[in-house]
Amino acid sequence: MVDPVIASRIQFAVTTIVHIVFPVMSMGLAPFLVYFTWKEIRTDRPIYEQLRRFWTKVFAVSFVVGTVTGIVLEFEFGTNFAAFATAAGELFGGPLAIEGMMAFMLEATFLGVFVFGRERVSNALYFVSSLAVGAGTWLSAVWILIANSWMQTPRGYELAQEGGRTIVHLTDPVAAYANPRFGFMFVHMQNAAVESVALFMAGVAAYYVFRHHVWGYPIQHVGFWETTLKIALVALLITAPLQVLHGDLYARHVYETQPQKFAAMEAVWETESYVPEYIIAFPTQLSDITDPRAKELFGFGIPGGASWLASGGDATAEIRGLNSFETEAPPVAIVFWSFRAMVGMGFWFILLAFWGAYRWWSGELFEDGLLHKALMASSLLGILAVELGWIVTEVGRQPWVIQGVMRTSEGVSPGLTGTEATITLAGFVLVYAALLGLYAYVIARIIRGGPPGGDDLRTTADRPAGPEAPPAGVTGDD
Amino acid sequence: MTDPAALVAGSASLPSATLATASLGAPAGLAQLAPAQATPSWLASGPLFGLPLPALWFALLFAILATFLFLDGFDFGAGILFATRETDEERETILAAIGPFWDGNEVWLVVFGGALFAAFPPVYADLFSRHYLLMFGILGALILRGLAPEMYEQRHDEAWQRWWGRSFVAGSLLAPFLLGAFVGNWVAGSPGSLTLAGAVVGATVVALAVVSGVAFLRVKTRGTLREGLRRYGEAAVVAYLVGVLASLGALALASAAVAAAVATPPVLALVVLSVLLAAGYVVALRRGRDHLALAAGAGLTYGLVAVVALLLFPTIDPASGLAVDEAIVSTLPLNLMSIGAALLLPLVATYFVVLYSAFSGPARPSEAY
Repeated sequence: MVDPVIASRIQFAVTTIVHIVFPVMSMGLAPFLVYFTWKEIRTDRPIYEQLRRFWTKVFAVSFVVGTVTGIVLEFEFGTNFAAFATAAGELFGGPLAIEGMMAFMLEATFLGVFVFGRERVSNALYFVSSLAVGAGTWLSAVWILIANSWMQTPRGYELAQEGGRTIVHLTDPVAAYANPRFGFMFVHMQNAAVESVALFMAGVAAYYVFRHHVWGYPIQHVGFWETTLKIALVALLITAPLQVLHGDLYARHVYETQPQKFAAMEAVWETESYVPEYIIAFPTQLSDITDPRAKELFGFGIPGGASWLASGGDATAEIRGLNSFETEAPPVAIVFWSFRAMVGMGFWFILLAFWGAYRWWSGELFEDGLLHKALMASSLLGILAVELGWIVTEVGRQPWVIQGVMRTSEGVSPGLTGTEATITLAGFVLVYAALLGLYAYVIARIIRGGPPGGDDLRTTADRPAGPEAPPAGVTGDD
Repeated sequence: MTDPAALVAGSASLPSATLATASLGAPAGLAQLAPAQATPSWLASGPLFGLPLPALWFALLFAILATFLFLDGFDFGAGILFATRETDEERETILAAIGPFWDGNEVWLVVFGGALFAAFPPVYADLFSRHYLLMFGILGALILRGLAPEMYEQRHDEAWQRWWGRSFVAGSLLAPFLLGAFVGNWVAGSPGSLTLAGAVVGATVVALAVVSGVAFLRVKTRGTLREGLRRYGEAAVVAYLVGVLASLGALALASAAVAAAVATPPVLALVVLSVLLAAGYVVALRRGRDHLALAAGAGLTYGLVAVVALLLFPTIDPASGLAVDEAIVSTLPLNLMSIGAALLLPLVATYFVVLYSAFSGPARPSEAY
């Protein structure tokens, strides 16, 4: 039987790693759906109804799977981390309860109207429902990230002993909930969600555009995919540079507030100044992979780069090494390599965005097969980058569950047995793997099915019927 | 929890000036951090308007639970009744009837979990970790119930639909059973999850789900499907009344506190009221007044949860002996939560009004996923 502490931690990791895929899809799709709904109502053009209906299907499936996997997370604080829940419930339970009432309710009720109600409600109420669903998904992120960021940079509390338990008491709600990390997390996460969905849309659309224009296969509704590609590129062009620029600020903030995590991100063991930033690091021996140490890595480093990044312009700034902390270091290899992979992908997405924009500008967007292949290969990389970013955040703050206040091992339910924890861990690995597989299967079916067309549409084509009419949907409008 | 010395060392060694403003520091220094520094003193000094907030939150918690058990209860009931339907069209109609609603209904369980966590953190922690496997059983059943209709509609070959149809029924049956078992064990204060009282209360909640499910589906459907449902409703409401009596007996056997509380006038009055509501339900079904039958189902659900709350109060977790006043969070977060709930819950109610009025009238099978 696995130790209950280890089993609980792995179980929480597995359930969050799987769950986050679905909120990323729904939060990222939300602004697109609001836009499609608005354009559908305003212009009455069939392409927008197609876009809205097609991506709403993806959204609805993501939302349902997100709901059923998300409830598990809320309950896991009680089942597996009862000591944490008891100690920090005052600060942590409130945001979760408000999230349920303020955000989740808004989302879940108006989703019913948004998915099933196009024929039943007025245009105005339908548009309001798209806004409500979108606002719900984003408000949900606000409260969840308030709860999480408080664990990273806890503020506005005091500790007290009550009945043999240490309890964290809320003293200043503004300081606690508007804690220093929250803003960084929210911007980084929401922008990442939109960027991930833009990459996903672009990858899927590129597949059809490639088949049609490069391979010459006849594709139904090719105009739908061309428009999708363009809209996705616009979104990518906005989000990709912003993500990297903002990520730089975020990293500096981590250096200031969680120096141990920052040292793990850079694999700095001894405190020193003028620390280089390894843009590309090559493990020269096996131990470099499992135990990276910045000083021993062979790589392409910018002299003083890490110091410069951390301090915001001072290449000689000191970075505290992992050996200088009283607590044991987090698993450095996971944090170090995840951080590098995430940052590397962030730059790759910028390149993709500029590449696509250049081809669009030169009129070759639909002909550049290599670009299409790159977009297809990158369709899931945005989600992967989100996962890696969260791994840096959550593994990097170990051994703390509340930074500097409570260790993760102290948060686990005291009565939990290894047998119970092992049973549910095994169950979750199986069930969540199956869920992810089913989700991928359903999304793939939706994509293969393509957008609704012809008589299925409620809006009529805005073109005269006749032999000279251009193919439906090829509008070039974005 | 970290020992204070380590905490001082940990925070003192952090470099940034931002930490100077934080209250992260030595417990010795915490006394100087007056809670009212940035918080209006009326928020932290005592309960809002002098209200008995702990008892109100106890009541609100069970009101949320009852709302969940009624709203998602008819979804569960519809899922169980799905097993009695043979034709594709009738099955699709059942899925279409709950399609726009079930997700919103299930969020009441999320709100229940959140409210319990926020208002009574030790109860949330002790109760959920005590019934560890049972909680995950509930979550597993809810996953199956939520996923199955989505999958059912994806493909139309027979083997696929048979499998997902069965999963839908199994999830819809298991979820109320295990939820009932959880509540039964909670009230009885049992240290384990496998108890007679839990099983009896679980079966009672299943019967109640069918009672509401029949009424809801009769509102949402027409023709032979609607006609065929009545006998299930009548059987279920009888089974439910038997279940209530059996549950009270089993709980009284398991717990002396419950045995003492059962024979009090409020509990007996609620039992009598349930019998009257059950009779009203049967009459309403026979006269085709389906909305009234659904209202009777709601009355039965709120009545059952009110009995549960009465059996517990003033204790909130019999197994650990925690009373409502002991388990409640401290004044400042309690006041904040109360303001939040007072502002948000009426808003949530309007969302449900919009949703249910947008989809009033019979379900159309084409509206399935």
